[in-house]
Amino acid sequence: MTQPLLEIKGLSKRFGGFVALDGIDLEVAPGERLGLIGPNGSGKSTLVNCICGTLQNEAGSVRFEGRTIDGLPANRRTHLGLARSFQLPRPFVSLTLIDNLRIPLIYTVAPRAGMLARTTRQMDERCMELLAMVGLDSRARRWPRDLTQVEMRKLELARAMAAEPKLLIADESMAGLSHSEVEDIIALLLRLNGQGITIILIEHIMRAVMSFSQRIAVLVSGRKIADGKRDAVVNNPEVVSAYLGQ
Amino acid sequence: MRAATFVFIALVVGAIVFALSLLARNEYVLFAGFVVLQYIVLATAWNILGGYCGYVNFGTAAFFAMGAYSTVALHKLGANPGRYLAGTFAEALIPLFPLSIPVLVVIGGLVSGLVGFGMGYLTLRLRGVFFAIATLALAVVLQTLIINWDFVGGSRGAYVIRPDSIALGPVSLSYIEYLYLVMLSLAVLALCVARQIERSRLGFGFATIRDDELAAEASGVPTLRLKLIATALSGALMGMAGAPLPYYIGYVEPAAAFGLPYAVNSIAMPMIGGTTSWVGPLIGAILLGTLQQIATVTISSVVNLLIVGVLLVAFVIIAPKGIVGLLQDRWRARLQP
Amino acid sequence: MSIPIDLLLNAIVAGLLLGGFYAAVTVGVSISFGMLDVVNIAHPAFIILGSYIAYIINATFGIDPILAALIVLPAFYVLGQAVYQIFYWSFEKRGEEALRGLAFFFGLLFITEVMLILVFGVDYRYVHALYIGPTWRIGFIDLPLRMLVPCVVSILLVVALQMFLSRTFVGRAIMAVAQDQQALRLLSVDPIRIKRIAFGVSIATAALAGAFLIIIQPVEPSIGREYIGRIFAICVLGGMGSLPGTVIAAVLLGIIESLTATFYGPSWAPAVAFGFLLVTLAVRPAGILGR
Repeated sequence: MTQPLLEIKGLSKRFGGFVALDGIDLEVAPGERLGLIGPNGSGKSTLVNCICGTLQNEAGSVRFEGRTIDGLPANRRTHLGLARSFQLPRPFVSLTLIDNLRIPLIYTVAPRAGMLARTTRQMDERCMELLAMVGLDSRARRWPRDLTQVEMRKLELARAMAAEPKLLIADESMAGLSHSEVEDIIALLLRLNGQGITIILIEHIMRAVMSFSQRIAVLVSGRKIADGKRDAVVNNPEVVSAYLGQ
Repeated sequence: MRAATFVFIALVVGAIVFALSLLARNEYVLFAGFVVLQYIVLATAWNILGGYCGYVNFGTAAFFAMGAYSTVALHKLGANPGRYLAGTFAEALIPLFPLSIPVLVVIGGLVSGLVGFGMGYLTLRLRGVFFAIATLALAVVLQTLIINWDFVGGSRGAYVIRPDSIALGPVSLSYIEYLYLVMLSLAVLALCVARQIERSRLGFGFATIRDDELAAEASGVPTLRLKLIATALSGALMGMAGAPLPYYIGYVEPAAAFGLPYAVNSIAMPMIGGTTSWVGPLIGAILLGTLQQIATVTISSVVNLLIVGVLLVAFVIIAPKGIVGLLQDRWRARLQP
Repeated sequence: MSIPIDLLLNAIVAGLLLGGFYAAVTVGVSISFGMLDVVNIAHPAFIILGSYIAYIINATFGIDPILAALIVLPAFYVLGQAVYQIFYWSFEKRGEEALRGLAFFFGLLFITEVMLILVFGVDYRYVHALYIGPTWRIGFIDLPLRMLVPCVVSILLVVALQMFLSRTFVGRAIMAVAQDQQALRLLSVDPIRIKRIAFGVSIATAALAGAFLIIIQPVEPSIGREYIGRIFAICVLGGMGSLPGTVIAAVLLGIIESLTATFYGPSWAPAVAFGFLLVTLAVRPAGILGR
């Protein structure tokens, strides 16, 4: 078996007396499409935050490409090839769309390539390419406040992609979107996966998770209760009761 | 506009201002102008951390006073170096005294920059308000240290005797002309640094910190490192502005060097002018600085501080983008009738 | 080196008394900053304002300063509500509180100080009361009444506030508001109203703290600044919004300051508070009873 891209062992996180994550084990293979589901408050976002370094886990370890990344600040993990979108879009409001995408290019891609900088022109081209990918190229010089909710989420994905990640974690990129908008984003994610990017999709919309994921992991109250092939997981009685029991 | 062009223009404008000020042949113009220029440096320095990164520093007076007191300490040392310096390095060091003002400016900048770096290192990992609160307390504590340090005069203060004139190559300037020139150069330097940051990748990084630190980290921005750069740079410029102070007022006491006006003005000027570009602090400092010079003479210095406080509160409530923002809005409205 | 035991014990008792007073000074900020997340750095200015009002009433009518503070308590409550309303409209609602909200409160701090200088000058003012002067002695331990009375009333104040917060509906809503505004909306409670009430309470405590301050020492307009470091150090170390934590932290700082003053000299006391704050922020930002 090939080495997993992401390997989580015994990950735990508590807030005061509240145990948010309790001994999570999870492996993600290169190129995989994993759906991560669970009821509200089950610890999905906390898990993402621990993987990406926004929060530090107390116990257990996170390995990325075989390298332990516990304790690394978030920006270092981004350099290693981990990127995420936020549940609520967090654009840089004082920067134009093209400048929003420029940030990961300046601070992640250029240093990773060992060069101080690409030329401004190359960067502009790359930013426009990414904006075109999500259909926002006509508004490159506008500000995030001019965008709709779905456009904001697309910008969020484009910015995560600008860091040229190996693993993309999309945290509820589709909440509150219409049917066709969900289709849009799924198509986009599938295209990215086709380019070789491993994707973890965290989502409430089961339709989206079902059509996107190869494998599904289920979190309930900070524990992983199921992990496996899509159809096996959704027919698992424990998963069904956790969802219907809500 | 390219950076070199901007520096060139700034130097030319600086030279013109200097020439005009000398032509006025009125020492009061130089004394008052020195203070306004000093505020341009302080407001610009404050804005590098406050306006660009969104981190509020209430301790401008502390950084400024560190610069002033490093000058006082070195002046005392220089007055009688043999008495304080001993050991192997003494022979090498003694001939260096008395230090010239540009050297003192650099040293003052280093001292304050280090203070800024140290404090930032301790508090910048936390939420921004903790940094702000720590800077408030910093002023009180550094003042306590100075009050308890007899070498620089303690609470009584210290006299610094300045020569009447100074020779710069073939030209001989009076001491106030010379100090005015030093502060003018510092103002030009501060504005060039601020503008250069704005247009650079560093400036983009600062803006992401102001907008959303979590998202910045996720995009790979090393936020802690950038914040430390901003704090050290901002503190250093404040210290540089403070270094010539002892020669300007001739007598330094803690209450004056740590005066609240420095802290209030350095916040009020960028807030009133506008915090997003280098122009804002410049406009704010010229307007408020000049206003205060007039008000101090015509009314009283307490009343003019009250004016600054009221203007600060009024602007943050009514015109959060400052004068620059107001002008931009009007300009845009005119373009799109 | 041997430290005389009576000196040491006296310093500790003086620190305890001082700590009781610090609890009253900080409790308002524990509510506004700790619970509401409103960074009211102007709180010391309201305290000094309280001192001067106690001074005026005391000097004019000869009324006891603590009684005077209780009389003006409602006025401070209303003032606090008004300040919060302005803050809410101008900053919180627009989501700009970080930078400009801080500048706003800094402006208030500054305006209050300058106004007081304009009206009263920079001379020290003091009050008269029966308990300023006498000292009880138990064995070799001194209990100056001008420290003891504020300390006792201050502890009563904190206990009353704790009961208010834990026993009444509004009090519980205040504790909840910082945690989850959404939940309150579901209970059809207006979180802004709750925050306004809480901020009013927070400023009302400043009236009493101001009276204590001017009982303990003569007051001039700028001494409020010395308290900023102390207040926030105590608030943070106390765990941001925990009243029992606030009292413990206040007493701790009181004792440390008192020991410093006794053994190194009073001019070093302000540095202690700051060192305390820095160490707190650097080592234990969650506070001693922290989450």
